Amino acid sequence: MTLTLGHYLTLGAMLFAIAVVGIFLNRKNLIVLLMAIELMLLAVNMNFVAFSSYLGDMHGQVFVFFILTVAAAESAIGLAILVLLFRNKTSINAEDLNTLKG
Amino acid sequence: MSQTLSASTLLAVPLAPLAGSALAGLFGTAFGGNWIGRRLSHTLTILGVFVAFVLSALTLYSVAVHGARFNETIYTWMVVGGLKMEVGFLVDSLTAMMMVVVTFVSLMVHIYTIGYMEEDDGYNRFFSYISLFTFSMLMLVMSNNLLQLFFGWEAVGLVSYLLIGFWFNKPTAIFANMKAFLVNRVGDFGFILGIGLIAAYAGTLNYGEIFAKSAELGGLGFPGTDWMLITVICICLFIGAMGKSAQFPLHVWLPDSMEGPTPISALIHAATMVTAGIFMVSRMSPLFELSDTALNFILVIGAITALFMGFLGIIQNDIKRVVAYSTLSQLGYMTVALGASAYSVAVFHLMTHAFFKALLFLGAGSVIMGMHHNQDIRWMGAVRKYMPITWITSLLGSLALIGTPLFSGFYSKDSIIEAVHESHLPAAGFAHFAVLAGVFITAFYSFRMYFLVFHGKERYDQNPDAHHHGHDDHHGHGHGHDDKPHESPWVVTVPLVLLAIPSVVVGFLFIQPMLFGDFFKDVIFVDAAKHHAMAELAQAFHGPVAMALHGLQTAPFWLALAGVVAAYYMYMVNPALPAAIKRAAQPIYTLLENKYYLDWINENIIARGARALGVGLWKGGDQAIIDGAVVNGSWKLVGWFAGIVRWVQSGYIFHYALVMILGVFGLMTYFVWLNK
Repeated sequence: MTLTLGHYLTLGAMLFAIAVVGIFLNRKNLIVLLMAIELMLLAVNMNFVAFSSYLGDMHGQVFVFFILTVAAAESAIGLAILVLLFRNKTSINAEDLNTLKG
Repeated sequence: MSQTLSASTLLAVPLAPLAGSALAGLFGTAFGGNWIGRRLSHTLTILGVFVAFVLSALTLYSVAVHGARFNETIYTWMVVGGLKMEVGFLVDSLTAMMMVVVTFVSLMVHIYTIGYMEEDDGYNRFFSYISLFTFSMLMLVMSNNLLQLFFGWEAVGLVSYLLIGFWFNKPTAIFANMKAFLVNRVGDFGFILGIGLIAAYAGTLNYGEIFAKSAELGGLGFPGTDWMLITVICICLFIGAMGKSAQFPLHVWLPDSMEGPTPISALIHAATMVTAGIFMVSRMSPLFELSDTALNFILVIGAITALFMGFLGIIQNDIKRVVAYSTLSQLGYMTVALGASAYSVAVFHLMTHAFFKALLFLGAGSVIMGMHHNQDIRWMGAVRKYMPITWITSLLGSLALIGTPLFSGFYSKDSIIEAVHESHLPAAGFAHFAVLAGVFITAFYSFRMYFLVFHGKERYDQNPDAHHHGHDDHHGHGHGHDDKPHESPWVVTVPLVLLAIPSVVVGFLFIQPMLFGDFFKDVIFVDAAKHHAMAELAQAFHGPVAMALHGLQTAPFWLALAGVVAAYYMYMVNPALPAAIKRAAQPIYTLLENKYYLDWINENIIARGARALGVGLWKGGDQAIIDGAVVNGSWKLVGWFAGIVRWVQSGYIFHYALVMILGVFGLMTYFVWLNK
């Protein structure tokens, strides 16, 4: 059995779905939330790489590097916010963070 | 004054009493700091009315002798579209006569008031009001357009309201003045509808211009119905007259208006204001002549008032109320005359009635003063011995009222009865019966009162609430402190004598020129081809003496005599008889006692119905629909919607993310599959 484009795309979709469900079902921990976001980006990267290889176009892989960079920066900022949030609220529980409620 | 009348002289007639009223009212009361005292305020107001009376008399002289006429606009108040609203005077024989009657009676009442209100705290206020009334009434009668007439009409209504409630600490007086005001509103509503119809179809409010278009108006139909426009206009105008002139069923305010001081009962509620309706219909005779339906309506209403209000006079025990019901009945006579197209007879009766009824009221007031403010005729008697001038003048007034030949009331009332007899309208038969029966009733209640008050035994000490009565009135007794009556001071008796003179002679002197001469030519219009009562009356008339002699052989005289004899028998010879009759005819007595239950109907059905309607509109319309549905409903809807939106705004980031993802999913589905 050979790996086709379909397999890679299916993997990307599964990763994305796991990430989305992770966001929804996660009630405890903002870190898990951040990890789920990272996972979404990885799913996207997977698609980029798969299409890039399939089409023989290097632009997609270049994009992946950009995304990885942005994701790293985003994680750093996200964790920094998380630390500040914990200092203020003494909690990183997502269920406690509903001050947006109208 | 010569053949021409000048505007400034005419202007002075209403303005002189207004000036007196303003001075007494503004500076003589607590409002203006009590600057001027009693003596000065009555001098000023009497001077004002005296000036008005002299100028009116001169005007009447030049109108009657030189045929002077005046019809000009003095001031344009405003112009709305094509409709001019003006202040102007129309002075012709009808106006001049009314001016003299109004100012003369007013002058007499002013003088009389000095004695009657002597001990009242509201002395200056009272003078201010009656002078204001004189001004308003003069504006009403001198007007040359309907708007100014309406102004005067409302102004006299206002002063009537103020004066009925003059003793504003008395709950019954406040009830009475509110009642008068409200009942008059009903009439005025009809009146202003009539004026509005005239303004809409004739495009003018000026009498002369309206009459010039009367033929045109007479041909129109009322839109949406098959009625004649002119009938609707005339009935609307007459409803106004019914309110002001206290015709059935809008008469209910007049008996209660006796809560006011007696001088104003004489001036406003007998001699002048209540006859404004009669004056107005006479003035509008060119319109009323066009509608037989309206004339029939007037005849029926007048006949009902003339007869049934007379019945009520029989059972009243309050001296003023007897005279008040007599006034209602006599107003009914005038209205019947209007309905028979005998406008000049109505105005003639208006004039004679003004004199003798003012006399009777002032006489009653004099008796009330003499009796230490007892008004109940059951506790009077033999007043003749103590108050000779009041007795003689009241007797003359009563004789004039019942239509004794040669007295003024005879000429006017007999002419009314004859005019109705000659009228060929369908309602004339009933009206003729009513006015004939009314003669007997009038004589009976007048002389019942006369005998009870002036003759018989003294019953002063039998009054169960004599002591109570003397003190709760605002102007207690201060002359003689014994229980016997005493003759009133000269300021009271002089007006009585001065009013007694015209009450006796005015009919004899003026019947020929006023009814059958040229006095009202071109002023009162009668369609002789259709309504020939006046023409036939003129044919049968051979001078006042012949009329008096002929009167001795006709039914009205014998009916009046029978009334007097019946009253004499029942109240002088056999005083037990009335009580026996009362027992025998208890249901009728109860009906009369309750004034045909009209007050009951007004209070319980009309007033309560109006209140129930008001409560219904308040609860249902205002509270339920406007407050409930519109105002509260809108905020409740917004709140309900906001509640849903607030539930969506949970504040949890994962809820927002879910919604976002679902949104993306939905959009993708749409773009990828559905929008292919």
